[in-house]
Amino acid sequence: MVANSTRQESVKPTRSGAWFRLQRLAGHSGVYLILGFLVLIFGVPFLWTVLTSLKTTAEIFVYPPKFMPDVPQWSNYIEIWSRAPLATFFLNSVVVAVLGMLGQLVSASLVAYGFSRFRFPGRDILFIVMLSTLMLPTQVTIIPTFLLFKFLGFLDTLKPLIVPSYFGGGAFAIFLFRQFFLTIPTEFDEAAEIDGANSLWIFTRILVPLAKPVLITMAIFSFLGNWNDYFNPLIYLNSPEHYTLAIGLTYYQRVLTAGGHAIEHLMMAAAMVMTLPSLLVFLVLQNYYTEGIAMSGLKG
Amino acid sequence: MASAERVVTRKRVGLRLTMAKRKAIEGYIYISPWILGFTIFTLGPMLVSLYLGLTDFKIVTAPRFIGLANYKELVRDPLFWKSLQNTLYYAAIFVPSNILGSLGCALLLNRKIIGRAFFRSVYFMPSVTPLVAAAVLWMWILNPQVGLLNYLLSFVGISPGPGWLGTTTWSKPALIIISLWGAVGGGTMLIFLAGLQGVPRELLEAAEIDGAGSWPKFWRVTLPLLSPTLFFNTVLGLIGAFQQFTLAYVATSGAGQTRPAGGPLYSTMFYVLNLYQHAFDYWEMGYASALAWVFFLIVLALTYAQLRFARRWVFYEASSGSGKW
Repeated sequence: MVANSTRQESVKPTRSGAWFRLQRLAGHSGVYLILGFLVLIFGVPFLWTVLTSLKTTAEIFVYPPKFMPDVPQWSNYIEIWSRAPLATFFLNSVVVAVLGMLGQLVSASLVAYGFSRFRFPGRDILFIVMLSTLMLPTQVTIIPTFLLFKFLGFLDTLKPLIVPSYFGGGAFAIFLFRQFFLTIPTEFDEAAEIDGANSLWIFTRILVPLAKPVLITMAIFSFLGNWNDYFNPLIYLNSPEHYTLAIGLTYYQRVLTAGGHAIEHLMMAAAMVMTLPSLLVFLVLQNYYTEGIAMSGLKG
Repeated sequence: MASAERVVTRKRVGLRLTMAKRKAIEGYIYISPWILGFTIFTLGPMLVSLYLGLTDFKIVTAPRFIGLANYKELVRDPLFWKSLQNTLYYAAIFVPSNILGSLGCALLLNRKIIGRAFFRSVYFMPSVTPLVAAAVLWMWILNPQVGLLNYLLSFVGISPGPGWLGTTTWSKPALIIISLWGAVGGGTMLIFLAGLQGVPRELLEAAEIDGAGSWPKFWRVTLPLLSPTLFFNTVLGLIGAFQQFTLAYVATSGAGQTRPAGGPLYSTMFYVLNLYQHAFDYWEMGYASALAWVFFLIVLALTYAQLRFARRWVFYEASSGSGKW
């Protein structure tokens, strides 16, 4: 019944109106029941984290668990900053996310411009090669890349997390920009060209302003990718003063556990501090984000 | 008269050629960041790791060529097989569950419902949560003694609940649960949703007029039209599942500090975790490079197999025909 669509109404005139309405109501409430149940599954872990983060040490290990803290301990959110250099981790994450994003946007859009607006020998083959790197797991190239950064003296700095973004920005970003540029009529470029504009001018003054939606989409992807990344910081960073939040969080756990006290409420607070920027970026700009994902699936 | 015309044409052709050439050069300049990046960070490393895989290289001394010794050792290493087995187990359950779950959510959200944007946002939130934060959060929920999940399970008569991350039986299912939480409402669902919105209404209505119920309608109309999307999600989902690392490293290996890597009795030793350990804990760069190449070949073979198999079940409309796959 649940799967019965409302559209069937018009073509099944034999059923009586009352019966049909009843059936539709049942179907609908069934659907909302499932939708609501899923909200619980996806949402409760967040709620539980927030509630735990506001409890006292004594409250967290009570069984059966108490859902609400007696008095919300907002001070936990102040305490976490003093127990480990969380502010430093946060700042490092911001630096990596912002500079990485900048590199990815600039280089991917330029490369996509080259692929979408110019004819040159080998272009289509190169484009296919580029797309196929989308399916290449990063772990396959990680060892020589690590050795390269070691040779360059980049280990234990934020550079290995930022620099690669400036070299093309990744297949997905290039693909997304190219798809968008292809939808912009070349008449604009040609008109500007006749007026004597060079290709860089056309790119910066005509295409980039038109590509604002896709720029925002890509900015979110890039920010989230860098902010959430765990593997690369783990490999390249050694000293806590260079940690990003991702590895800072597990470091934090070690530091806190070393004291021998129950620290789950502080861990939850720290996890929330790390998650909040991602959630905010997503919630505020979600239309751009979801459109980007949809586009990748349909045209891919 | 005629010759003068020819001169003009030739001149024009010549001009156009140089113009085309200039355009081509410009094109190369614009894509040069990618060409450099591809050479430095993809092609180069692929070749270097192919070579390193044939050497004994422990980072402090220069690589020493040892032929296929690493590959022979790898085949004999029980941990290699264990990690492969774990990865296959994880992928075999995670990928289909994720596809079914995402498709189910997408079908629900594709209906005319009130508050669709709200539901979509809530479902999507776990997938933008940093994996490491998700791991920390779920370690607490899955705590065997005071965790929320075992508490809830006690209401349906399951008491005491499973030991989850700390046991060999439940560590992998626990990681699958965490992964599914973070994936089902995410990108895969959105791609399905976009695919569903691309199913022409006329086709569904035509099927209705022919007397098709909702189930045949889904099975005969929606699903075939959705098959390219299904295929895309399966291919990328499998590649992603094979790269499982962060959750296993943080949640069951204590981030390499508090617990043995690979979880209880290596029950969550996944392929990439094994690779990471050889490369960055033991600094066996030669052996780890061999592992990386085998990994590459496995992923390549799986993707190729899916591409071949796709011809049998993926349906492409004649009009929009092409498709990259």
